[in-house]
Amino acid sequence: MNELLTWLTDPANWSGTAGVPNRLLEHISMCGASVLAAMLIGLPLGLFIGHTGRFANAAINVANVGRAIPSYALLVIFLPVALSLWPDPTSALNIVPTFIAMTALAVPPILVTTWAGIRGVDRDLVEAGRGMGLTELEILRRIEVPIAIPVIVGGVRTATLQVIATATIGAILGGGGLGRFVVDGFHNPGAPAQLYAGALLVALLAIAVDGLLAIVQRALTPRALRGAIGREAAYDTAALPEASSA
Amino acid sequence: MQPGQPLINFQWIVDHLGAIWTATVQHVELTVIPVVLGFVIALALSIWAARRPIVYGPFVTLGGILYTIPSLALFAVLIPITGLSLVSAVIPLVTYTILIYLRSIVAGIRGVAPDVIEAAEGMGYTSRQRLTRVELPLAVPMMITGVRLATVTTIGLVTVASIVGGSEFGGYGQLITEGLQTLFPTKYLLGAALSVLLAMTADTLLVRFERRVTPWARARSAV
Repeated sequence: MNELLTWLTDPANWSGTAGVPNRLLEHISMCGASVLAAMLIGLPLGLFIGHTGRFANAAINVANVGRAIPSYALLVIFLPVALSLWPDPTSALNIVPTFIAMTALAVPPILVTTWAGIRGVDRDLVEAGRGMGLTELEILRRIEVPIAIPVIVGGVRTATLQVIATATIGAILGGGGLGRFVVDGFHNPGAPAQLYAGALLVALLAIAVDGLLAIVQRALTPRALRGAIGREAAYDTAALPEASSA
Repeated sequence: MQPGQPLINFQWIVDHLGAIWTATVQHVELTVIPVVLGFVIALALSIWAARRPIVYGPFVTLGGILYTIPSLALFAVLIPITGLSLVSAVIPLVTYTILIYLRSIVAGIRGVAPDVIEAAEGMGYTSRQRLTRVELPLAVPMMITGVRLATVTTIGLVTVASIVGGSEFGGYGQLITEGLQTLFPTKYLLGAALSVLLAMTADTLLVRFERRVTPWARARSAV
């Protein structure tokens, strides 16, 4: 514990490329880019299958398979591709495989919760909208999305938490981010403080980002629906249609 | 990767079938132990916590915090305490599975319709009978959901454990880690492919099992 405090208060650990601020920035950019990419894939797809009901089974099954794939395996599967595209190891090793693996990790929770959120909207409301002459896009935009938004943002929160914690293993391939402290700390048994500090920083970052997203979730939710918002186990249960419908 | 070296060296695979089998056995072992052990512990905890928000709340909070700690760090932290033994891998793995189970089992018990509970009470069931004859059987589908989630999560975590476990634990992850260290694509790609295969096979088998024990769900899940 004392060693950890010494490490965290040592100015040398707070400056330069290998300092906490830079590693934190690297971690945030990597995770932010991956979650954004996953949102660009998962949100439109989830809205489409949720609204139309078409291809829902196929998409959910693919998402479930995607969830079963170990991230560490995904990370190295793309390594030879990245190496052949960017032979300079400092660029390819650092970013691309981790980015792809983290995006793949984040798509299933976003896709599945978006679908589940839209599907959970009372069909009578949708019919009422249709009766009032709203187009399908208007129904989606003005009825389904506002009602489903807490669930959808909940999915993004789950995905973000997973990505922040998992991006740590990107450091195995020589990438930056807070994982560097964990991996280097482990390979240097004389200085366990670095490992603990890395783990602590990742956890703190995750908790802080999750808190921010909770505020976003609340702000995006229509006032009338703000009663009970929480990141419930929506993803865990929604992802498995057989069980959740039983 | 050396220039001119093929991406996959099949001869190496054939020559190392023994080691690959050992890794397979270890990976399955390291998955089954936490999945079974975690279930037993979580079932007891869930029964205790299901109707007590005071108990369940802190569990969920604790679980949320634990999930933010990178698994890699959790494995590494235990090495100085428990050494390079299977125990160092099993403790974090069991902890993760307990958290997954706890949520799904409690959701299953709480999800039982109030009408059903009332009917059981009307029939004069004691609270213990209600639990064993009504609530737990009706929570079975959610329990299997939990087993599925716990199994694929554990398979993934075992590969990560290899980073700190050296040759002691890590199953297929060991092939990945050693392959990366020696820049030998055949080895790390094989480890990655086999761990993906194992996760998918386990998931498929559990889905089949799920359908078999909950035939009513199939009729209802008109996705």
